[in-house]
Amino acid sequence: MESNMNQGKEGRNIERPFAEGESIIRVDGLNLHAGKTHILKNINVEIPKNKLTVILGPSGCGKTTLLKCMNRLTDLTPDIKVSGNIYIGEQPVFGSKTDIVALRRKMGLLSQRPFPLPMNIYNNIAYGLKLRGKYTRAELNELVEYYLRQVNLWDEVKDRLRSPAVRLSIGQQQRLCLARGLAVNPDIILADEPTSALDPVSSEAIEKQFAALSKDYTLVMVTHVLRQARRIADYVIFMYLGEVIEMRPAQEFFDDPREEQTKKYLAGAFN
Amino acid sequence: MMEEKKLSDIRAMVKSHERPARTGRKLGEEVFFRSLMNIASVLIVGVMGIILLSIFYKGVSTFSWSMLLEDMGSGFYLNRGGGIKNAIIGSLYLSLSATLLALLVGLACALCMNVYLVRHRRILNAARFLLDLIWGVPSIIYGAFGFSLMVFFGIKTSLLAGIITVTLFILPIMIRAIDEVMKTVPAGLSESVLSMGSTRSELSYKVYLRQCFPGIVTAVLLAFGRAIGDAASVLYVTGESARTPTSLMDNVTTLPVAIYNQINSPHAATQDKAYASAFILTLVILAISLLSRYISKRYQKYRIY
Repeated sequence: MESNMNQGKEGRNIERPFAEGESIIRVDGLNLHAGKTHILKNINVEIPKNKLTVILGPSGCGKTTLLKCMNRLTDLTPDIKVSGNIYIGEQPVFGSKTDIVALRRKMGLLSQRPFPLPMNIYNNIAYGLKLRGKYTRAELNELVEYYLRQVNLWDEVKDRLRSPAVRLSIGQQQRLCLARGLAVNPDIILADEPTSALDPVSSEAIEKQFAALSKDYTLVMVTHVLRQARRIADYVIFMYLGEVIEMRPAQEFFDDPREEQTKKYLAGAFN
Repeated sequence: MMEEKKLSDIRAMVKSHERPARTGRKLGEEVFFRSLMNIASVLIVGVMGIILLSIFYKGVSTFSWSMLLEDMGSGFYLNRGGGIKNAIIGSLYLSLSATLLALLVGLACALCMNVYLVRHRRILNAARFLLDLIWGVPSIIYGAFGFSLMVFFGIKTSLLAGIITVTLFILPIMIRAIDEVMKTVPAGLSESVLSMGSTRSELSYKVYLRQCFPGIVTAVLLAFGRAIGDAASVLYVTGESARTPTSLMDNVTTLPVAIYNQINSPHAATQDKAYASAFILTLVILAISLLSRYISKRYQKYRIY
């Protein structure tokens, strides 16, 4: 623990890739142990504001764990030890004084498989709105429609808003979950391989949505699909075996990889 | 080693070891175990059927409406007339209130285990182990425990003492049954809900309760069945009464105790009426099961996965 903390402090002096105010998430010397396994090894990265950042890497390299650290979902997993910290703006994620509920409101999460709430379609969106404040029926109706339109789901579901969300197809459910996340009005959207359970048409829909959203939101997407990263990423963080190997703008990353492991991965050697 | 052999060699080797799919010993095994399962199923269903049939057959023949409408009065067990209205109502009071109490405590406990203590695997394992252990404690022990509690607090034998004892008795069942349902809530659902900025109590009351509703109904049913059907736990603590209870402090006779007393009666006619009482007890449980199944079905459709 002691030595990890020191590494964390050193990490702060590593060259900052972004100017002040350009980045929104800063991971500072993060180490994570699950039981005896060292999953994240001294991670220092920054994530730029209102851009689409892709965390890329082969399966089991700690991408998802890093993502889940950002809104402290690690709280739900037993036997996890974390040192170092993550800052959202200026607020630390790990720390006894952190109001994690308030912090999580700034971040939406889209998981690998969609998990709609056990309610009807309308309430799936309204739930997020009602969490943050009181609305009249009319305002709620308007907002629910707005967010469903934003993910191109409105036309498909407008006649059955009161039917259970589970009746939707898996691609529709994923879009519903995205709309639900947006309804909480976050600044950041975390996505954990959001298209891996979807058919090609639905994945394309989600990808397009992501590209469009990256003007107004900071998106962090985990993926192991190289082509997907190529298509939509603004920035790429490449991870391998729990370490960050490279973190660069997408264009540079794909055209001119610096590290040996990156070159191998891009050439398809790890898969 | 493996790499040196060609796939075709490996396939040939596996093929040479192959037995015909369903002949000889394998077929024998399958026939044997399948018939074993069939026999077991038929036996169980048959025995249940015989119990139910004999209750219905003997129960209907000795049943009279006066049993539902009259209290026991002074000479019920001596075959001087009267009914078991007081026992039916007493049993319902007792088991419904005990189930309700156990549900309130049990829900809180199961939610605590599954929402708040998810990280503390050791505490959870210990709690589950203990609950499973006291699930198996015979109900007469609860009766004795309830009795000593009663003496400690200076309460007389009463409906209240019965409710408390039965609540304690069905609590482990309630908690573990709800807990097992809540364990099936996918972790991804909790993660999604929390990452929207819900608090853990919002996660509990708005999501867990909805998602687990059908399972909670089953748990309630299970606990209610134990509560209304058990004689030993209330033997010491409720006293006996031939009148319908009107307050929590009244003595009360429950249906199972009434049935026990009827069978022990020296009069053959009273003994036969025990079947009518059993018949009524069965109908009460049937009615509650049907009702709760109906309720749980209405919410089933919202469950995810």
